[in-house]
Amino acid sequence: MAVSPEELKQRIEAGIPGTSAEVSGDGAHFEASVAGPAFKGLSRIAQHKLIYDVFGAEIGDRIHALSIKVTALEAR
Amino acid sequence: MSESASNPMRDALQSAISDNPVILFMKGTPDAPACGFSARTVAMLESLDQPFAAVNILPDPAIRQELSGLSSWPTIPQLFVDGELVGGCDIITEMFESGELQELLGIEVALSTAGEGPVSVSADEPAPLTIENLL
Repeated sequence: MAVSPEELKQRIEAGIPGTSAEVSGDGAHFEASVAGPAFKGLSRIAQHKLIYDVFGAEIGDRIHALSIKVTALEAR
Repeated sequence: MSESASNPMRDALQSAISDNPVILFMKGTPDAPACGFSARTVAMLESLDQPFAAVNILPDPAIRQELSGLSSWPTIPQLFVDGELVGGCDIITEMFESGELQELLGIEVALSTAGEGPVSVSADEPAPLTIENLL
């Protein structure tokens, strides 16, 4: 089952409230640029884990590679 | 520490992480990386002249399985410094570009903050290494 960038975008935004995501990719390798207040004050490791946790075991499997760039926003 | 008693692979990985101040788990080897992300991470470390231990996770699927169980990090490569997971390729790249990686590794960097440092190479000094064009 092919993965679409749109699916990843929607799942990130649904999984981490207040977050907006831009995702591009070719069905196996994806790049996500994600911004939101949920990342504020977290280490980079913790920020990326928040996003990995949305997909669980699909990372490295169905989603072959997901490159992540996080922007932490001030809570509104 | 509520892990089941005997897990030799996980124990071996934990020992490797504890025993090596800088250790990279990667696909392939530094000389022959088998994945673009591993290759980029190796290239950054090598550009810093940073000695590091490298573990190829490909020969046995159990390595990756136990490593990700240990680190709660799903992807490869994974860089550990002083026993702590620093990140994968994305994080290492960000930290490399910002100078944080160099700082973490205890490497002196000539960033723009160095106003008086004698580190910058002026144009009229001879380059330390010249490469002759032999073609």
